[in-house]
Amino acid sequence: MLSLERRAVDSRAMQWASPLLALVLTIITGMGIFMALGKDPVEGLTFFFLTPLSDTHGWAELGLKMAPLLLCAAGLTICYRAKLWNIGAEGHFLMGALWASVVALQLGGQSGPWVLPLVLIAGIVAGAVWALLAGLLKTQFHCNEILTTIMLNYIALNLLLYAVHGPLKDPYGFGFPQSEMFAAAALLPKLIPDTRLHIGLLFGLLAAVAVGVLFARTFIGFQLKVLGQDERAAAFAGFPAKRLTLLAFILAGGLAGLAGASEVTGPLGQLVPQVSPGYGYTAIIVVFLGRMQAVGIVLAAALLALTFMGGEMLQIAMALPKAITGLFQGLLLFYLLTCDAFIHYRIRIRRAPKAVAGEA
Amino acid sequence: MATAERLKLEHIVKEYPGCRANDGVQLTVNAGEIHALLGENGAGKSTLMKIIYGVIQPDAGSITWNGHPLTLQGPAHARELGIGMVFQHFSLFETLTVAENIALSLPADQARDRRKLEQRISEVSEHYGMALDPRRYVNTLSIGERQRVEIVRCLIQESSLLILDEPTSVLTPQEVETLFRTLRQLSHEGCSILFISHKLQEVRDLCHRATVLRQGRVTGECNPAEVSTDDMARMMVGNETPLSTRVEPRTPGEVLLNVSHLNYRTSDPFGTSLQDLCMSLRAGEIVGIAGVAGNGQDELLRALSGEALVSNDSITLSGVAIGQAKPGLRRRLGVAVVPEERLGRGAVPSMSLVDNSLLTAYGEGMVNKGWVALNKVRDYASRIVDAFGVRTASIDSHATSLSGGNLQKFIIGREAMQQPKLLVASHPTWGVDVGSAVAIHEALVRLRDEGAAVLLISEDLDELFQLCGRMGAICAGRLSPLVNTSDLTIEQLGQWMAGDFPSAAPSEVSHAVA
Amino acid sequence: MDSVLITNVLAATVVAGTPLLLVALGELVCERSGVLNLGQEGMMLMGAVIGFIAATSTGSLSMGVLAAMLGGVLMAMLFALMAITLAANQYAAGLALTIFGIGLSSFVGAGFVGQSIDGFDKIAIPLLSDIPVIGQVLFNQDLLVYGSLLIFALVFCFLKYSRGGLVLRAVGESPEAANANGLKVLPVRYMAVAFGGAMAGLAGAYLSLAYTPMWTENMTAGRGWIALALVVFATWKPERVLLGAYLFGAASILHLVLQGLGWNSSTELLAMLPYVVTIIVLVLLSWNPARTRLNTPLSIGQPYRPSK
Repeated sequence: MLSLERRAVDSRAMQWASPLLALVLTIITGMGIFMALGKDPVEGLTFFFLTPLSDTHGWAELGLKMAPLLLCAAGLTICYRAKLWNIGAEGHFLMGALWASVVALQLGGQSGPWVLPLVLIAGIVAGAVWALLAGLLKTQFHCNEILTTIMLNYIALNLLLYAVHGPLKDPYGFGFPQSEMFAAAALLPKLIPDTRLHIGLLFGLLAAVAVGVLFARTFIGFQLKVLGQDERAAAFAGFPAKRLTLLAFILAGGLAGLAGASEVTGPLGQLVPQVSPGYGYTAIIVVFLGRMQAVGIVLAAALLALTFMGGEMLQIAMALPKAITGLFQGLLLFYLLTCDAFIHYRIRIRRAPKAVAGEA
Repeated sequence: MATAERLKLEHIVKEYPGCRANDGVQLTVNAGEIHALLGENGAGKSTLMKIIYGVIQPDAGSITWNGHPLTLQGPAHARELGIGMVFQHFSLFETLTVAENIALSLPADQARDRRKLEQRISEVSEHYGMALDPRRYVNTLSIGERQRVEIVRCLIQESSLLILDEPTSVLTPQEVETLFRTLRQLSHEGCSILFISHKLQEVRDLCHRATVLRQGRVTGECNPAEVSTDDMARMMVGNETPLSTRVEPRTPGEVLLNVSHLNYRTSDPFGTSLQDLCMSLRAGEIVGIAGVAGNGQDELLRALSGEALVSNDSITLSGVAIGQAKPGLRRRLGVAVVPEERLGRGAVPSMSLVDNSLLTAYGEGMVNKGWVALNKVRDYASRIVDAFGVRTASIDSHATSLSGGNLQKFIIGREAMQQPKLLVASHPTWGVDVGSAVAIHEALVRLRDEGAAVLLISEDLDELFQLCGRMGAICAGRLSPLVNTSDLTIEQLGQWMAGDFPSAAPSEVSHAVA
Repeated sequence: MDSVLITNVLAATVVAGTPLLLVALGELVCERSGVLNLGQEGMMLMGAVIGFIAATSTGSLSMGVLAAMLGGVLMAMLFALMAITLAANQYAAGLALTIFGIGLSSFVGAGFVGQSIDGFDKIAIPLLSDIPVIGQVLFNQDLLVYGSLLIFALVFCFLKYSRGGLVLRAVGESPEAANANGLKVLPVRYMAVAFGGAMAGLAGAYLSLAYTPMWTENMTAGRGWIALALVVFATWKPERVLLGAYLFGAASILHLVLQGLGWNSSTELLAMLPYVVTIIVLVLLSWNPARTRLNTPLSIGQPYRPSK
């Protein structure tokens, strides 16, 4: 009979193999889904994974979608390694987008090199403040951060909707809920000309590196790790749990806010209701898939950015619903968690216990 | 006289990855016999008990019950047969009543009539001199009372074999007497008792026979009354390890720690508040505080370590008020703490020894402007391992991969190498093998000789009498007077542990020390 | 305020609170066994979409409800496999369930977006529904509302009086002690999680077959998360869940009431109300950690690895 047996030492091999195995299983399931829908599985996979990357334009789009994922994931990594389950990246992102837009629109006709930094800083601060709210609710009132950050996500979304339907609505926009286009001075410079790829990707990569260094080399990173792995030891050591918590939230919020600001000053150039196709939530998957490590989250961000593009491609090429992206992402996380279990357990085929016979 | 064999274990083997917990164990318990199972921590006693109780299955070997071969399907099956277990760390549900707890361990049909069950509980517990109110919630009971619930539960199930796992470690000497009376009564009535312990004198007082385990094997069987405690100890630890002998106290120096009217109201609903604690510790002395767990030891430790903040003047170190100082500051001033929980407070289980060194030794030049100097941390960790004989694969091994004794040696070493003025150690040799316990005692004495003050909080009275120059007891958050060990009898200490002492006013304390 | 308005508001409160009540009761049982399932949104949406598709395909609302509950249970079993058998991180597993459920429901329901169906009608209980105010509020509702009240009564009695309830509470407080007592921890937890899934599925069916009889993506709008807060709010007691569900229900329809009264405020700002109320309630409850600790099932959220 099959049974799960705890390993004496966690399997190193599985720690690295698990994400790859999860990807393979997702692909296999994907093929099954295609077949069930009556579509050619190979064609489907090609459209999903390969076609989006078939030209420079495609790679630029990948980088474009990677940027917000990577920025949000970097911030969330700081929180998750301290076991602070911040689900609010989406809300921080939206607030960053909102306030960056407010400042960009206020500065209207101004030009000069100081416009863009100001806009981005507005986004960073807005995201950080939004996150700080949840952090304070936790440190001062012991509120569970999962619930508060999710509530704040919904509130942020409604604030954004209110803004584009009301105060920020473009008077010449034919009644569509969107803001005016931003002036050129408020737009992010491009990385590769003639594409939509902007320097937001650089922000993301720098953030990933910074997070890596934080945890590998700094004392604050060490304290965050201890806080996450053993609260009582952190208290025993005298690490300031509340301050560390607030710091983690502020950093996460600031980075996600920057992601939001980059999105409106980069590819969009204005504020619209659909500013996020769920980057904040997908970033959670990026963090887990990337093993909460700098290199890992970069690779995972690339993969998940690809799933967004793949979903759009499948919608165009095979008339499949766009929700297929969410489906793949959810499957990936599921398989990842399942495969992760085998880091700690192995499957054993157990014989029944030896017959217990004795003399009377 | 042919006594019936109630339980017979033959050639029992149980292996876990990395160790053989039971290696061909033989054990026979007769009807009406009180049989001791001796062995130090890690000898395999707990594993054997779990096998007898049906929680785990042996890999090989046979169990015979009242002459019939037996394969246990689980604890419920064991209970049906009449095997009852009283756990060391109780298996009671705190938010349920006594009756509900007992109802859960009975088959559904027997537990249906709640009122009848409550009556039975009252009757049975009275009969054996351990009165219990079946309607009380378990979280309102003292530890001694909870043990009674465990025992009464077995009695209601009409156990013919009662297994007690280290039952006296949580009792005052007087409560131990009550327990022994009950056990003798049960044995008289034909119930067999398997008494697991490492306390040799108690085994000699109570038990008819004893089986000794060491490293998973049986190393001896005897009649405790005919054998000396030294002989039993040799069977337990072998001949190589030196047994500790009494340590001579030194003449203490200046006052290092002064606790004056320390009051601490705990916010934990299950905790114990400290009331008007007063004590002084001088350089070059080891002071002991005895007490049954749950009487304020944890709160006292937290107040001293800085995990709980108290009024500033109530604790002073060399004249400096530190009651409001956080742990980091106290460490810098020379306070070192070894907590009761080594995994999950003293050390982070999932982190390496290197990382765990950084946990408290960060003031030793390892952190420069926020950057961690990894080579310095590694160096420190290596020095601890060398100086304190920590057996580990490498300094990068996780804390969980070390045995209890080795991890404790590491933690003590980590603190001692910071050259503290005051070391507070809580239950430092609990669950630790004898060899490591000796090393730990030596480390504490070395610290004392180098001029530090050591406060030793422990349940192990042998350890306290052996090491401490002065001793007292804590009960319900109050501290007894601290007197010279040579002037203290175990009966007096037992009374103090039960709370029978006048409050020690500061003037009395300083007299005792003069 | 005339009595017609009060009656209508209260009746609407009950209706709005019913999905919350169902989900929260399910999660309450689940959490009492020590398992925290964050996947409510995913399970509810799957229940909603499966219920809708089943009802439109078969023409039978009861088939829809049954299919929805089954769907919820299946989703919950995926979570149970990861969180109980594989002892994975319960938070991550629950989040995975949410993300997967949102994606899968949107995918499966893509062809049905915007379609509507003849949903459950109100059924008035004779005599009782003639009582002024209360009659309309409590006794002139649809079948699922009556069902939710019945389920509440069952859960209440189960937890308080039955042996099963005792076993559940024991497992939730200490799986180690439960195991030592011979109680089967894993099966009990599986059943508790399954019940939670069935309730979430039923709540989803209520949304798509009674509340607004149609299917749209993400139609749960965060109710699953609010239900999680609700269980904490109720300190794991069913009677408080009932109260809280209707309170939150009231908060979620407040903007309709205010607009009805002539308050002209932006829909979006008023729509924030239930989420803001949730945060306020969380603050009021959590700020005394000692009190929370006394009532929380002790083992909640910790994976249990039985020693063999």
